[in-house]
Amino acid sequence: MPQDLPDEGQTPSTTRRALLTHLGAAGLAASLGPFALAEAPTDKSGTVAPTAPSGSLVEEATHVSAPTTLVPFALKVNGKTVRTTIDPRASLLDTLRESLHLTGTKKGCDHGQCGACTVHVDGKRVLSCLSLALASQGHEITTIEGLGTPQKMHPMQAAFVEHDGYQCGYCTSGQIMSAVALMKEPVGAEDTDVKEAMSGNICRCGAYANIVDAIQEVRKA
Amino acid sequence: MTLFTYAKAESVKDAVGREGRFLAGGTGLYDLMKLDVERPEALVDVSGLPLEGIERTSDGGLKIGAVARNAAVAHHPEVFKGYPVLSQAILQGASGQIRNMASTAGNLLQRTRCVYFRDVDMPCNKREPGSGCSAIEGYHKNLAILGVSEKCIASNPSDQNVALMALGATVHIQGPKGQRTIPIGEFYRLPGDTPHIETALGKGELVTHVSLPPLPQGTKSLYLKLRDRASYEFALASTAAIVTMKDGRMDDVRLAMGGVGSIPWRAKEAEAILKGQAPSPDLFQKAGEATFRGATPHEGNAFKVELGRRCLIQALTLATTPSAQEKA
Repeated sequence: MPQDLPDEGQTPSTTRRALLTHLGAAGLAASLGPFALAEAPTDKSGTVAPTAPSGSLVEEATHVSAPTTLVPFALKVNGKTVRTTIDPRASLLDTLRESLHLTGTKKGCDHGQCGACTVHVDGKRVLSCLSLALASQGHEITTIEGLGTPQKMHPMQAAFVEHDGYQCGYCTSGQIMSAVALMKEPVGAEDTDVKEAMSGNICRCGAYANIVDAIQEVRKA
Repeated sequence: MTLFTYAKAESVKDAVGREGRFLAGGTGLYDLMKLDVERPEALVDVSGLPLEGIERTSDGGLKIGAVARNAAVAHHPEVFKGYPVLSQAILQGASGQIRNMASTAGNLLQRTRCVYFRDVDMPCNKREPGSGCSAIEGYHKNLAILGVSEKCIASNPSDQNVALMALGATVHIQGPKGQRTIPIGEFYRLPGDTPHIETALGKGELVTHVSLPPLPQGTKSLYLKLRDRASYEFALASTAAIVTMKDGRMDDVRLAMGGVGSIPWRAKEAEAILKGQAPSPDLFQKAGEATFRGATPHEGNAFKVELGRRCLIQALTLATTPSAQEKA
């Protein structure tokens, strides 16, 4: 979305996502009331043990499944180490999007069936929705934000633009992350080989033919 | 999702000494935790343990580490060349991303894809013993017709395990009381009255690796998978076939099927019919019929008797027909 890709220097508050986030936060604050979260201790054995906070966690917030304590978390993403605190149950996907605000990675099915959340872990494509964030620590994560910028696109991004390898764009970052990783995998030369290797990325708009064209152009370059 | 503690195991000994469920790739366990089907109080992360190796054993077989990723196994030269059936089975399962995550032992312990097992609002004897089976009267197209019971007709969804079953793999285990091995033929439990007990693995036991026996020179092995779409889909029926020919006869035949059994299904009746015989369409037909003689199909998966039979016959045909390359 153009609104989600502000020119450098433009403040994030002008983006559609930032506006929606503010509205969402305001709505949530109104329904939740005071909300206390404390940091969990780490015991000597290295076990991260979340405990229920001693304060009341607003009974009326029925959609909150269990009282949670945030745990310390450090992740190397796109070459930088970021530190924050997260719910120990959080997926890498939710952590990237909600805690680190790297929203280029998309949530589709959240159960490993669509590929929209594909990122690289130590250079290999994986599904961030099926990755426990805590278990991702110590690995190098690359998201679509680490691949290229609107001003300086990765060759695969440029090829997707060139070949119109999308319609609505929701699956696109996952498709591109998958396609970039595929370049280093043992995949045959034919279109059918690319289709097989890309079968974990579903495109509801059906831009498959153009996606294959884009990938093949980069592979042949 | 219920709350849990998380710890990274520092060694096999450390892992085995801890209470909790072992986490490797997470593609099975973490997915089911999101659905509240799995509710571990503790996760012990074994993904970083030095159990990734794939190496030749002194008897000429192969040892595959428990946390070796599916993609690494399938593309490893020793597997790709020496055990095509395993390489093909893994590469026909899941997607590129999932194969980069899923581990050998995790795949070994993969849970069923029965829709009622995955839905905590529905009765399921496997998930909640005694609650009933929703699948027998419900949607069961993807479920089993062999080795089922009145309590459960869930199928084992793995492709890898079908190949391991045909290969006669051995599962190596480290437990609180020491090491032991289980032949894969004794690893999986039929559902019977206790569908919630799926394997012979005991409490606190960790699979450390899987070993494969050497295959005789000239053995041909392959995996044939039939499914609703060409990729990224579970098997409706599949066959792992390993055939060693000698003087025009099938000196050794090992067959296992996926998609049709409550466990990865070794087709022993078929093997007995085929062993020592010259391959022929009539013989393959008999082998296919024998495999499904004891089947318990239900309305929505009765087609699997015919599909499974054809799958077995086609796999045998491919395994005993010299390829153009071999003829040359």
